[in-house]
Amino acid sequence: MAANNVRHAFFSALITLIISYPILGLNLEAQGISVTLTGADTSTVIAIFIAVIVVFVFQLFRERLMDRVRELPFLSARAHKEPMAENKRAKIESWVITGIVVLALFWPFFVSRGAVDLATLVLIYIMLALGLNVVVGLAGLLDLGYVAFYAVGAYTFALLAQYADFSFWMALPVGACLAALFGLVLGFPVLRLRGDYLAIVTLGFGEIIRILLNNWTTLTGGPNGIGGIPDPTLFGMEFGRRVKGEGNTSFHDTFGIAYSGEHKVIFLYLIALVLAVFTAMVIRRFMRMPVGRAWEALREDEIAARSLGLSRTAVKLSAFTIGAFFAGFSGTVFASKQGFISPESFVFLESAIVLAIVVLGGMGSQIGVILAAIAVTILPELAREFSEYRMLIFGAAMVLMMVWRPQGLMPMRRIHIELNRQE
Amino acid sequence: MQDLLYFFQQLVNGLTIGSTYALIAIGYTMVYGIIGMINFAHGEIYMIGAYTALITITGLATLGVTWLPLVLIVALICAMIVSSAMGWAVERVAYRPVRGRHRLIPLISAIGMSIFLQNYVHLAQGSRNIGFPALIHGGFTFGSSDTFQAQISYMQITIFITTLICMTALSVFISRSRTGRACRAVSQDLGMANLLGIDTNRIISATFVIGAALAAVAGLLLGMYYGSIDPLFGFIAGLKAFTAAVLGGIGSIPGAMLGGLILGVGESMTSGYLSGEYKDVVSFGLLILILLFKPTGLLGKPEVEKI
Repeated sequence: MAANNVRHAFFSALITLIISYPILGLNLEAQGISVTLTGADTSTVIAIFIAVIVVFVFQLFRERLMDRVRELPFLSARAHKEPMAENKRAKIESWVITGIVVLALFWPFFVSRGAVDLATLVLIYIMLALGLNVVVGLAGLLDLGYVAFYAVGAYTFALLAQYADFSFWMALPVGACLAALFGLVLGFPVLRLRGDYLAIVTLGFGEIIRILLNNWTTLTGGPNGIGGIPDPTLFGMEFGRRVKGEGNTSFHDTFGIAYSGEHKVIFLYLIALVLAVFTAMVIRRFMRMPVGRAWEALREDEIAARSLGLSRTAVKLSAFTIGAFFAGFSGTVFASKQGFISPESFVFLESAIVLAIVVLGGMGSQIGVILAAIAVTILPELAREFSEYRMLIFGAAMVLMMVWRPQGLMPMRRIHIELNRQE
Repeated sequence: MQDLLYFFQQLVNGLTIGSTYALIAIGYTMVYGIIGMINFAHGEIYMIGAYTALITITGLATLGVTWLPLVLIVALICAMIVSSAMGWAVERVAYRPVRGRHRLIPLISAIGMSIFLQNYVHLAQGSRNIGFPALIHGGFTFGSSDTFQAQISYMQITIFITTLICMTALSVFISRSRTGRACRAVSQDLGMANLLGIDTNRIISATFVIGAALAAVAGLLLGMYYGSIDPLFGFIAGLKAFTAAVLGGIGSIPGAMLGGLILGVGESMTSGYLSGEYKDVVSFGLLILILLFKPTGLLGKPEVEKI
């Protein structure tokens, strides 16, 4: 056994060396048309060798180490703790949520413009993640082309504003409904497919939408994108310095206050906040409705659910369409926040980030997903020097979550009724 | 005459690209055939193979080794070793612990791995695309008219021959060797193979290693053919190869070869006769259509769902 361990440890260390040294230790540098090879600096090489030694030692004493970890006092204490009583937990949860929303309402008036801007982006991601949560977390359909619906929402607003002079409030329902329609039309044929095929088809669909946006230059402007997307208005009041639309007044004139660029940013933030709360509440309702339970039933066991009379297509299609609807919703907000959109914003990576949020937060769990969206968007901004490692860490986190805690950081609790014991 | 020549030129180009797609597709199809999961990170392994090959070629040039066959063979071997090690490690770290769980869990783990590897190379080697030296120059004209010359380059011939050797070697390996027989047994029934004393974990690792080695060959060939590589180029190629695997019938090795060739030709015809920008749309559209109407592909066996 011991000899076997040593052999395995040695082999693992060798593999570590092979996969890290050529890629990390030797750097290709393009100089004009020729390429030269330079060795990496000493610290990288030392780091590689430390990693190799760590892998060797870990693999050698792996079993003993794992036993130690399992015996750690705080881990075993957590494992045996009684879960909190259901009604008590629900009460605490609702208080915490109300508190957070109230705080979020007043918070932008006291911080800098950049922070509010970032918070708006966080809210957009929350909406996206909540929508994808319905598709992936509740219905168990892995959608890798989710960003396509986001793009449909954003481009609908941009095109309607450019060609038909639509305002934000008119475009918001149109964009969301059009995205939902896309979801319906795409979903109808593909939802018969098995889980992993569905993932690939949606991925292909997302890429097709992006390529079309990139190449249909006469309509979408191609890679140059569409600019000059109007800001939202408040009952016909604009937030710019000068009034652009006909029959509109300006916000600062109406209330007789000095013009400030911050008004617009805060207003956008508040809109995003209201829409995010709306999204969360609507989806929460759906989860408690029969259709929400049908999603979960179908996810858990398709054959059992069908034998109980659930229509597979209708149930899956409803989840897909609702998910697409909220993606279109957030796309419209995104277009109006940026004022400019191009196909660059709707690459596969964006889908992967939203998926990472849902997976990290705990598939199906709304609070988990919201917290994960906040963390995933804000952490790279706080640690700027690590921002280039962001996607690396995402990838690693997704793998580690699947291996160790596939239910996510804050797993979903099923809504259930406990029967009182008859005594 | 000229139309015919143009057609043959597109056919040759398509078969060239298609045969490399087939090499990558084999990795998908073997893994799917054995453990029923899509190895999403396979495209990245192919990309790493291309990078290793370029690093080796540049390194040898620095050392003053210029004899072409030696350079190519050393680059090929290095790329295969690194990619195989990567394939082995990926399976060990990201797939083995989640094997047998719900279908989506290995897939999400694979997507995570794909993102991780992409950024690993991106951070280590920079995000810009790097020129891959065209080591094999020249070609011959197989037909010409007044305005158009149809050519086969020596590069294309190298790709054909290398792919052919790899495919033959793989076929012999799968049908004759002990490990190959074990591979077939495991892909038919994993549990039963386990009962009969086959070390299934080892066979699954072997599958990943073989797939990765073939992807590395494709990495070297396509890197030279296209003339530049970047950390993202594995993603689209992986997707195309997956399409090829599905087209031929996922799980079937001859299917992957056939699917790769058909996809390559289809793509080159699209860019030859319609527009180069839409060739990706055509291959993804093709993928969607096959999955909808014939999910078992051309040579695949229908799957019976057991309760």
